[in-house]
Amino acid sequence: MTDIARRLQALATTAPDTLVTNVLAATGTGMFYSTVAGPVGVGELLIGWSSAGIYAVAPVTEEARFLEEHSTGPLAPMPRELPAKWRRQLEAALRSGKLGRLPVDLGKLSDFQQTVLRKTAEIPPGQLRPYGWVAREIGKPGATRAVGSALNKNPVPVLIPCHRVGRSDGTVGQYAYGPAMKRDLLRAEGLDPDAIDEAAERGVRYIGSATTNIYCHPTCHHAMRIKETNRVELSSAAAAHRAGFRACLVCRPAVAA
Amino acid sequence: MGKATELASRLAADVDAAFPELVLTHQDRLYSGVRSFVGAADAEDVTQEAFIRAHRALQTYTEDRIESLQVSPWLWTIALNLCRNWARTRSRRPQTVQLSFDQSGGAAAEDEVVNGVMLDGWKQRLARLSEAQRVAVVLRHVVGLSYREIATATDRPVGTTKTDVSRGLTALRRIISEEESP
Repeated sequence: MTDIARRLQALATTAPDTLVTNVLAATGTGMFYSTVAGPVGVGELLIGWSSAGIYAVAPVTEEARFLEEHSTGPLAPMPRELPAKWRRQLEAALRSGKLGRLPVDLGKLSDFQQTVLRKTAEIPPGQLRPYGWVAREIGKPGATRAVGSALNKNPVPVLIPCHRVGRSDGTVGQYAYGPAMKRDLLRAEGLDPDAIDEAAERGVRYIGSATTNIYCHPTCHHAMRIKETNRVELSSAAAAHRAGFRACLVCRPAVAA
Repeated sequence: MGKATELASRLAADVDAAFPELVLTHQDRLYSGVRSFVGAADAEDVTQEAFIRAHRALQTYTEDRIESLQVSPWLWTIALNLCRNWARTRSRRPQTVQLSFDQSGGAAAEDEVVNGVMLDGWKQRLARLSEAQRVAVVLRHVVGLSYREIATATDRPVGTTKTDVSRGLTALRRIISEEESP
């Protein structure tokens, strides 16, 4: 009896490698990835996606790290073209700098991280906000450091524009894939990162308009429209208020400060 | 058991996110069992179809139903149905097709050799048991399910399942001794 049982056990085997791939493709489950041309100067990007949406973005040069980070057990993400609709939405998002309806999967992140990233997604292309601004806007003015760390772990950089958040001293600051990529992304949106750093180092935090008496973040589109002769450089929100300026309602500098 | 319950909870939380884990966890055992019933040539197709049907079913279940699912027996209920359908379709096929399948050489023939024994030989032996015994023996000794899990999968009492396994093994022993005696 046991002899037969043992012979039957020998019929147990491992499934062919193609099985899991075929099943996941047929059911639309599992983790996949594709590539897309990044913004000018940034190069190709890896786009990790599943039925829940886009779960990761990384430069193609980081492929090994990307595959390792997103493997579950022996199953690494599989190369597969994005659904056509998502491909169109992705390309539109990269062109416009706005997420639009592209589904982004932040499900694995904490509520705090999700809140930080959703707020960051509201920053218009071509504009820079300090970490402290994000912290204030989500109602956690003391959480500047936590905001920085949440943005550093942004799983979908470029799409959720953590490159549009800089240091509280007004400089461009660091980036998970190196500061050069952050500067390239800002340049692709029409900003001059060197000029931003230079002004910040001179102590400029905000720009006021002598005609409207409103002050803005230096890259707010209202600030960019102020005529050279009416531009007032301001070193802090307190200085702006002392000089009789009120905060811009669009870029909301230091609302709670 | 604990691990299986965790999988059910993860499936209940998000079917699509946990489904790859379900496939990875169960594919070897499901494939091994299915192969014992249908042979190497069709085992992958039938196993694949079982997983696809499982996914389709999960999408219609409530969270509570998935949470309380005994994943292994449940998968086997689906797979056994497919194996039964496969056998029915095969028996309706014309004999010539049957022959051309049996003579298919190359890779398929190589696949049939399991640890030096012909899988086909086991398929023939198992085919001589009653369906209940064949299913019980394979699920117990090839797949490694518990009697309770087999009973759930086949919707039969545990006691009957034990009897099926033991009578199935006795029958197989007789079949093998007949083969070995001249």
